Amino acid sequence: MTVAATTEAGARPRRPGRRPPAPAWVGTVPFFAYVGVFLLLPTGIVVYDAFKNPNGGFSLAGIQALGGSEIRGFFVGSLELCLVSSLTGAICGAILAYAVASGNPDGVVRRLYLAVSGVLAQFGGVTLAFAFLVTIGPVGLLTHASWYLDFPWGIAVIYAYFQIPLMVLVFMPAMDGLKVQWREASENLGASAWQYWRHVGGPLLAPAFLGSALLLFANALSAFATIEAWENQIAYIVPQQISTVLNSEVGLANINEADALALGMIIMVAIVMAGYAVLQRRAARWLR
Amino acid sequence: MRASYRFAMVGVAALALLGAGCSSGSSGSSSGTKWATATSASAGGGMNALVTAAKKEGTLNVIALPPTWANYGTIIKTFTQKYGIKVNSANPDGTSQQEVNAIKQENGTAAAPDVVDVGQAVALANTSLFTPYKVSTWSSIPAAQKEATGLWYEDYGGYMAIGYSSKFGTITSLNQLLGPKFKGAVALNGDPTSANAGLNGVMLANLLAGGTPSDISKGVAWFHKLKQAGNFNPVSATGATIKAGTTQVVFNWDYLNLPSYVGVSNWKVFVPPGVPLGGYYTQAINKNAPHPAAARLWEEFLYSQAASGGQNLWLQGGARPVEQLAMANNGSLDKSAASKLPPVSGTPVFLSQKQATDAATYLSANWQKAIS
Repeated sequence: MTVAATTEAGARPRRPGRRPPAPAWVGTVPFFAYVGVFLLLPTGIVVYDAFKNPNGGFSLAGIQALGGSEIRGFFVGSLELCLVSSLTGAICGAILAYAVASGNPDGVVRRLYLAVSGVLAQFGGVTLAFAFLVTIGPVGLLTHASWYLDFPWGIAVIYAYFQIPLMVLVFMPAMDGLKVQWREASENLGASAWQYWRHVGGPLLAPAFLGSALLLFANALSAFATIEAWENQIAYIVPQQISTVLNSEVGLANINEADALALGMIIMVAIVMAGYAVLQRRAARWLR
Repeated sequence: MRASYRFAMVGVAALALLGAGCSSGSSGSSSGTKWATATSASAGGGMNALVTAAKKEGTLNVIALPPTWANYGTIIKTFTQKYGIKVNSANPDGTSQQEVNAIKQENGTAAAPDVVDVGQAVALANTSLFTPYKVSTWSSIPAAQKEATGLWYEDYGGYMAIGYSSKFGTITSLNQLLGPKFKGAVALNGDPTSANAGLNGVMLANLLAGGTPSDISKGVAWFHKLKQAGNFNPVSATGATIKAGTTQVVFNWDYLNLPSYVGVSNWKVFVPPGVPLGGYYTQAINKNAPHPAAARLWEEFLYSQAASGGQNLWLQGGARPVEQLAMANNGSLDKSAASKLPPVSGTPVFLSQKQATDAATYLSANWQKAIS
């Protein structure tokens, strides 16, 4: 605004060959174009197609199918798996991050942990399923464990392989922000360890913890390749069912039902995000 | 997804119109359009003209043909050697539904599949995507195994079989598999609500357990018992999982279950006597095939009864070519390959479209509950 005002006031004829400074929002164009093309447009198409039938006409059949007991089962399955795996991942990861953060900040242990976490957080999909399969699968090298098939706990144990390292990575900065002087101060004032965590450490870390747990939840919700390689012949979670209705060669293929399922997942994330926002506001109240 | 493809299609169609306008005088485009609608080799000007036009196109797009499935690796190689036409093989492990999805989504592009090899249900549901064509050996295909105008025609098939590692001894009945030595061993080839081979695996158990082709519930109940016994293996069986020892008992088509296909020396195959459950795959040509002459030449090659033609090559891969009976009668069948097929006894059962759809509907409501 001020820039524009001065040029107006100066009222100097613009020199040829010299362009006026670009408005500030120009810098955001690549970002919004990217978000528009790869997030908003696909979301819009999914929502639009969810309300159509395979012939292209308007239909509520896909949305109505979401209420059916079988489809509800997939959403319950997804929710169970995401809650179990994000909460266990967040708690174990936070404890691990605390252990690492309280060590020597330049120590070799810390560097090792962070490097390994960086690698393992990306270690998912078919590779991970295969690693478990050859180790403890039906003819595993170590043993034939049967728990790994249990849903959701067996799958959550496998997901822990990438959830815990991810938690360590995203929670580490918050842990580092916890100043040792605060702990000393509260101890000088006679606080017990419990009181310190209850009134100082906990509230400080809560917003970051919730945000990280939400990330883990979304991470588990969209994970598909691991469970698909593992339990290919039964669908437990929504992404597996989307795959079934997209690819079924026995006559159950219905692209609009897939869109409706995807819409259901979007709604699920929206609800979780809304819940997160409420919690976050309460957790961060002391900041204001 | 689909809307964006639609825009892309409009663009491509506009370009195609421009292109057609520019080259309307050339002989290339006129021979191309001629083959795009030709319903037989003779209608298009004879085999030689077809070979010439196909060589000119130089490329053929196929999809979802695993090289180790029914000898497709050799079939593609032989076709390329014989005619000098490059074969683009897309998504070799795809499903039938992914094949027709590709026709729709890549419609109008040079990458669209020219021909498909799909399960019966998918073929019947998508006839509007196909164009009629009758191969020269059309009369050798049994009438029940082709669409009268040539929109689709079955190509090869087999019977559901139980393949297993010989460490289990000899399997002679279904209920043996419920025993304790089969812990975590018994697998299907794919989720039965999604994969044709998986559905037929459940149907085989159903028929052996006393069910009928119209009612798959006994098969689902049998798999429920299998799961309770701890013997169900949820990993989808492939040649690789059999080699790795991950899936030691596999319900699958016999041609995917033969020791020669699996490549494991201690592998046995059991086609349960009494109720041989058969299934054929189906060929069809994309009506907007980017290489219409090559697509038709490919079909001619697949249905050729020559010693190194498609029918005998499928047979060498353990699959039963659709012209097998006619070829046995006229002496063109590869007898040594035919003698290696597992013996089948009893009246073959083929699921009708309604039976297959009913089974799929029942499975979609009950499979997950039975097996989890």
